[in-house]
Amino acid sequence: MDWGFIFERTFSAMIGPEVVVFALAAIGLNVHFGYAGLLNFGQVGFMAAGAYGLGMTVHWMGLSFWLGIFMGIGYSVVLALILGLPTLRLRADYLGLVTIASSETIRLFVRWRGNRGRTGASEGIGEFAGAFYDINPFKTGVFYQFGPFKFLGRDLWVLVVGWSLLLLAVLVVWQLMRSPWGRALKAIREDEDAARALGKNAYALKVQALILGGVIGGVAGMLQVVQKASIQPDTFNPVITFLIWTILILGGPGRVWSPVIGSMIYWSLIVFIENVLRGLPDGARDGLESTVELSDFNIGQFRFILVGLGLVLLARYRPQGIFGSREEMALDDR
Amino acid sequence: MSLHSGKRQQAPRPRSGRVLSYLVGGLSILIAALAFGGTAQAQDDDGQAIFGQLQYRNEQGETVVLPDVEITVDGVGSVTTDDNGEFRIDVPDGEYSVTLDIETLPPGVSLSDSDRAVLPVVRVADGASQRVLFPIVEGEFGAPDRASTINFRRFAQLTAEGLKTGLYLAMAAIGLSMIFGTTGLVNFAHAELVTWGMLSTYFFNFYGFAGAIGFMAAWPAPFGGGVNLIFAAAFGVAAGGSMGWFLNRFIFKNARRAGVGLIAQMVMTIGLSILMRYLFLYNFRGNPRTFGDFAAQRAVSLGPIELTRKDLLAMGLSILLLLGVGAYMQMTKMGKAMRAVADNRELAESSGIDVEKVINWVWVSGAALAALGGVFFGLDQVKWDFGFRTLLLLFAAVTLGGLGTAYGALVGALVVGLAIQLSTLFIDAELKNMTALLVMVVILLFRPQGILGRSERIG
Amino acid sequence: MTDEARPTDEDHGSTAGGGGAASVRDAVFDNPIAGVFDGVEPVPGAAKSDPILVAKDVVRTFGGLTAVAVDHLEIQRGAITALIGPNGAGKTTFFNLLTGFDKPDRGDVSLGGKSINNVASYKLAKQGMVRTFQLTKALSRLTVIENMKLGATGQIGESFWRALITPLWSAQEKDVERRATELLERFNMAHMSDEFAGTMSGGQRKLIEMARALMTDPRIVMLDEPMAGVNPALTQSLLGHVKGLRSEGRTVIFVEHDMDVVRDISDWVVVMAEGAIIAEGTPDDIASNPEVIDAYLGSHHDSDLSEDEEFES
Repeated sequence: MDWGFIFERTFSAMIGPEVVVFALAAIGLNVHFGYAGLLNFGQVGFMAAGAYGLGMTVHWMGLSFWLGIFMGIGYSVVLALILGLPTLRLRADYLGLVTIASSETIRLFVRWRGNRGRTGASEGIGEFAGAFYDINPFKTGVFYQFGPFKFLGRDLWVLVVGWSLLLLAVLVVWQLMRSPWGRALKAIREDEDAARALGKNAYALKVQALILGGVIGGVAGMLQVVQKASIQPDTFNPVITFLIWTILILGGPGRVWSPVIGSMIYWSLIVFIENVLRGLPDGARDGLESTVELSDFNIGQFRFILVGLGLVLLARYRPQGIFGSREEMALDDR
Repeated sequence: MSLHSGKRQQAPRPRSGRVLSYLVGGLSILIAALAFGGTAQAQDDDGQAIFGQLQYRNEQGETVVLPDVEITVDGVGSVTTDDNGEFRIDVPDGEYSVTLDIETLPPGVSLSDSDRAVLPVVRVADGASQRVLFPIVEGEFGAPDRASTINFRRFAQLTAEGLKTGLYLAMAAIGLSMIFGTTGLVNFAHAELVTWGMLSTYFFNFYGFAGAIGFMAAWPAPFGGGVNLIFAAAFGVAAGGSMGWFLNRFIFKNARRAGVGLIAQMVMTIGLSILMRYLFLYNFRGNPRTFGDFAAQRAVSLGPIELTRKDLLAMGLSILLLLGVGAYMQMTKMGKAMRAVADNRELAESSGIDVEKVINWVWVSGAALAALGGVFFGLDQVKWDFGFRTLLLLFAAVTLGGLGTAYGALVGALVVGLAIQLSTLFIDAELKNMTALLVMVVILLFRPQGILGRSERIG
Repeated sequence: MTDEARPTDEDHGSTAGGGGAASVRDAVFDNPIAGVFDGVEPVPGAAKSDPILVAKDVVRTFGGLTAVAVDHLEIQRGAITALIGPNGAGKTTFFNLLTGFDKPDRGDVSLGGKSINNVASYKLAKQGMVRTFQLTKALSRLTVIENMKLGATGQIGESFWRALITPLWSAQEKDVERRATELLERFNMAHMSDEFAGTMSGGQRKLIEMARALMTDPRIVMLDEPMAGVNPALTQSLLGHVKGLRSEGRTVIFVEHDMDVVRDISDWVVVMAEGAIIAEGTPDDIASNPEVIDAYLGSHHDSDLSEDEEFES
């Protein structure tokens, strides 16, 4: 077994683009659920809003990339308003139902044949990220190696930008949560009536939190599609939302850094396991195939089986995740 | 598009089936690799040519290739796409028009834009081969957006389809609503119970009990060979009920006792749904299949409506069953207890009802009903992710009808079923599931407790 | 703990019962609003000399049931008014209607002369009305001091954009912290300011809730069963704080079941039964009111009416 290769892969994965994208999305979800107590089961919908906002603006309307970013953020805001304004006065479950429904609807709508001229339908959108790569200071085709990490110039640029965005998001969330706004939000999460009796406009604060987390999710989506240089509707499927939830709970909801750590742990674990399975000596591989029918074909599915199991166990036995404290445990409501 | 198209519908037996499943698996890997790699790979450059690969993404995001489609380069000749959907025509320098013969496309797929069947100017020169693209999608309609004519026949047919969808949905929705009512839990894994019913029935249909315990393969049915669908369905429902019992007894009752909060339990159901779904995929593979019996049936005409005999039978059975459930809820002690607990748990408990027993029965019967719904849906097609695809519809149904009431679930499911089928009179069939969302959003805006639900909003 | 500036209970002897008890007691306890209820008729809907809260024709029905039907009620400014009645009388519903936590089918409520119909509950805090809850809502996941700071109204840092820039709100935050610490000292809880409220005892949480309510600097404090589930020692402490509120010129309305408490500190009592106000008056008026006794005996309420009879001579 080539452990060197496996570890190199794992380390690269630990700081790689998936980690950054999912960490960003999880930070957004952390604002929603960890801090505001909102049940958002459609974070992937916000990612799609950001991604398509960017792609449609640049590709179909021929406008600048930077304007596209602005539009992507705008779409996320609009989505948050559409979802939040009617449901945030109601019980928390309703937002959950609406978000899961809406994220699927966005995917169905965006891949609809009739939208070919707007969203590219099932083919998606390509050719929109040019401006981003034009300003890449690293050489595109060249490998850059430092320590155990090795990245192409193109990917390195994505990572530099991505991690900067991640840092910015963490800073913003940290700042907000230590401010009176954050304190009011924490109060609302725990007991909305008490907060209202003290003059806090719970509804407005929840809408603001939804927008903030949604925009961060939108940025995650934009980063993802810029990295791939392609927007495909089927990448924005509900399983992604639940992967983000897994990462959030793993790290511990309600803590500023936990989405990042959770994402790093999750991805390195998955990459490690998958590479170990793929890298097993033939004897072991055949053994696995004949007993549990595990072959190259379905190693990818194995990942999701682990995620499902992991989520059940986490939610049941350690809902505060790795870093959450029992006192501030977000999942123990009701 | 099933890889088994053209082959017999009977699935292979377990032992010898492994070899075949390796073959199938290997072929799938090859095709998948080719499909994914195909977009980036250039062909070996032995002379210049016009080439391409015909494929499309189905609703689940899987890439399916299209063999035997005819491509014509005018002035040069025609070829048909090979088993991987690929074609290649060697041409000298020049400009050509390339045509895809729509007639040779298989049913169920079409060009995303029928105007693009002909690519008028494809330039080939300097020894560089030219790749051409024909965007293809799943669906029957050649031209975008034109809704078909609205006439009585279509209306009647769609109403019948809507009723069918609604009745089957109702079977699953009742359990979902009652689990919420009695325990406060929104069970995201409920849709997987539908799939479970569908898949276990398929399993019993083809393998009897043999697949689970390999050595039984040689024994006679129901242990060895498959059993008739009707018995298989009975076993499938039993499997459903058992799964419901299992989930409650070992997972959720345990969690309730340990004081795990409702939100955490909800996240557990999400994890369960992922776990179950991918276990299904793992074992069942991604291809859609059909049951062994009653597979191909000609439709029976009832006035303007056309339904197969199995559909009619299943619909009739569901109506009877739903009426039965209604009677049960109204007249039996347990039924009344269920309603009482779903309505007001504390009150029911203080009047002496054994709440845990009721919850147990709600899970068992809810899961069994969902499994039966899965069997009925499976009469059309059996697939690993069927349940998940109906999750959206189920949520819409119970929200519309009112979370926590069985009658509400029934009403909600019928309305949702009718709404999504009838909506295709006005909008593209591809979007019909969106109608369910619209229904849900509208209801949440104006009457969040649903049609039959109680007002439980935050003040 | 009572306010040091005022004479304490121990300094004076207890008083005899009878009709003049009210004014004697007022004089003895140095009530800042002594005599304000003289001349007010002890009937439902009686007009007060300086009402701060007025409710007119307030009706709330659920399904076919009328939960609240109040023709007219005036609450005297600066006084401690008790709202009592048997279970199911509609007190909490009425309370919710007055504090914006429920919407009446019809009716007019005004605070300080200004209508507060349909005003959302959170806005009322800015207008000087604060309420507490029967089930104490000390936020367990916040520390005591954070609970307190939460109570301050008009915080710049609570606005989303301004929260991002610390210098915009840090000065005000320090000020809020100072006020919070002062209040905590008054309630003798300053030493626990960094503990999580969730680790405090039930009684301490009641104190936190009351102290926190004072952070809003309210004109009128609405207490929903403040003594519910509180041990006798803490009851005295809380009573002292409530009287302290009156000394500061604030109006207090409280819902209560404990008749001892009611008799001890209320200046005026409003009795509800079956959704309507059946009696108003001083505690002594109420104790001898036959309709009130009927209403209580008619339901399964366990108030200590037997002790009231001592005062009837």
